[in-house]
Amino acid sequence: MSDKIPVTVLTGYLGAGKTTLLNRILTEEHGKKYAVIVNEFGEVGIDNDLVVGADEEVFEMNNGCICCTVRGDLIRIIENLMKRRGKFDAIIVETTGLADPAPVAQTFFVDEDVSARSRLDAVVTVVDAKWLADRLKDAPEAKNQIAFADVILINKTDLVSEEALAEVEKQIRAINPYAKLHRTVKSNIELDKVLGRNAFDLDRILDIAPDFLDESGAHHHHDDDMQSVSFTAGEVDPEKFMPWINEFTQVEGPKILRSKGILAFKDEPRRFVFQGVHMILDGDLQRPWRDDEKRQSKIVFIGRDLDRQAIKKAFEACLV
Amino acid sequence: MSDASNAAPPEFTSLTDHVASLSAEGHVLHAAFVKDEPVLVLAEGEIMIGDRRVAPHQDAGILVAASDRDGIYTGGEDGKIIRTRASGESETLAHEKGKWIDALCVKGETVAWATGKTVSSRDSKGQIKSTQMASTPQGLCFLPKGYRLVISQYGGVALWFPNTDAAPEKLEWKGAHLDVTVSPDGRFIVTSMQENALHGWRLADSKDMRMTGYPSKTRCFSWSHDGEWLATSGADAAIVWPFQDKDGPMGKAPKELGVRSAKVSSVAFHPKAPVVAIGYDDSCVLMCRFTDAAELLVRRASRMDGKISAMAWDETGRRLLFGTEGGAAGVLTLP
Repeated sequence: MSDKIPVTVLTGYLGAGKTTLLNRILTEEHGKKYAVIVNEFGEVGIDNDLVVGADEEVFEMNNGCICCTVRGDLIRIIENLMKRRGKFDAIIVETTGLADPAPVAQTFFVDEDVSARSRLDAVVTVVDAKWLADRLKDAPEAKNQIAFADVILINKTDLVSEEALAEVEKQIRAINPYAKLHRTVKSNIELDKVLGRNAFDLDRILDIAPDFLDESGAHHHHDDDMQSVSFTAGEVDPEKFMPWINEFTQVEGPKILRSKGILAFKDEPRRFVFQGVHMILDGDLQRPWRDDEKRQSKIVFIGRDLDRQAIKKAFEACLV
Repeated sequence: MSDASNAAPPEFTSLTDHVASLSAEGHVLHAAFVKDEPVLVLAEGEIMIGDRRVAPHQDAGILVAASDRDGIYTGGEDGKIIRTRASGESETLAHEKGKWIDALCVKGETVAWATGKTVSSRDSKGQIKSTQMASTPQGLCFLPKGYRLVISQYGGVALWFPNTDAAPEKLEWKGAHLDVTVSPDGRFIVTSMQENALHGWRLADSKDMRMTGYPSKTRCFSWSHDGEWLATSGADAAIVWPFQDKDGPMGKAPKELGVRSAKVSSVAFHPKAPVVAIGYDDSCVLMCRFTDAAELLVRRASRMDGKISAMAWDETGRRLLFGTEGGAAGVLTLP
């Protein structure tokens, strides 16, 4: 449904520039009204009519799945906001620096009342160019926020050298090669780069390609525990692939932060696309393969301690 | 009711000619009769009392509402708890600056509300007591006897005596508990849960009860006039659980009334007869007789009006007031 309210989630470590970005979004001339959900009224003032304080309460769902968590406060706030729909066009959720983005994102897939009326547009993460390297060492949340992101702003680029900046980008790419990266100063960015991204819309999954040109090839950075693994192959047998992907994400769900795939099913003229957050999967047949497109299957997982060889072997067993 | 109608298959007689429509023009949050006047509370912030409109929260929206026979209690985006009388006069009972009011309940002239992790209760003399909870309260309701509040939250419910310093007593059950209700005799506490189920406790011995099988969340409860049945929303029929025994609904199947291919969004038991009004998410309203499941049509389905979001009977059971999330509303006067 197109009249679902889009929701943008802003994450990022304390002091990275989230609130600066938020205020930029709110004050720019765009004729749009936003409802803003913030963590219990943060340090910096927010310049907007409709600001709601949230207490970031995470609910574990009672469905036997430990990583299946939602934000209870978000469910209630969105339910209440939807009763006054004429008041705003979109929602922005700003999380605390310590928040795990997973429960926020999962709320939009797990709770049927929320998903009936709103849709997750994108997870936007703001990082501090100078301090990111340190945060990646000492704060697991910082890594989660990068792994989860659809869009990453490397902010405060004026405070570091070009070499340092390249190093930061490499570190981010080692965790998440697929997010759109932008270098910013004072969170200054064109708003269409962070809003209206439709990052979770299956129809918008066009291609899964790393968002950079791997010039050097040899200089691959490796993060010790968080990484992305991707595989490309020919046609797959849906009878084998579907049971495998379901079971794999159920069993390994806690380790998988994001997943995405475009698949060429045998004898199927349409592309099958899926995307997931931990063990929640959303998949459907999309548009037909075009004549100028190569019918190939590609899957990507971003997560912790993923067993590359085992995944490769299991995926290859699904090939036709 | 005649014997003939008991023997006949469920009829579908229409009462739609007896409905006077009202134009609420906004999401109807709560419906009630106060001093015999039909009252609709709108999420946009207005309260319709008969054909008058008042806006006690000024420009702010209303988040939660409850009522008794003498007044309407609302909690708004302005953090205010306001009591409005049938005359239209209103009085601010409390002000939680900069906060949204998440839950509210009333008994007599006593009102309790929650904001963030704080629960507060104001007695009829105006004395306010507050307590801090470990997790955010989702639902509130008073026990019928004494000054004691039931608070639903993540992990169960808490029972709090606002007039004592004792920490709230806890009844635990894993999961997120949303709304809460207490049987009129005070023996059973029932919550709706995030996982499309109800959970119940027998207060005497804290014995647990699971009521499952809902395709969506239950967000509306209604007890029968004799307290023996609990009607609930959340399925494609009103699911009505038996509570006449000491064990409540354990081991018993619920009744399903008004099965349609639409989801029940609101239920309201008649105050005197074994009849339940059922509102659906396509804005249809049926009246169902409990004894033989005979159905009467009160409002025809109209998807554009959205779900039935509030219903209430007057004290005598002559009139039924209903409203939708799309702003349609009406009063049925029984012939």
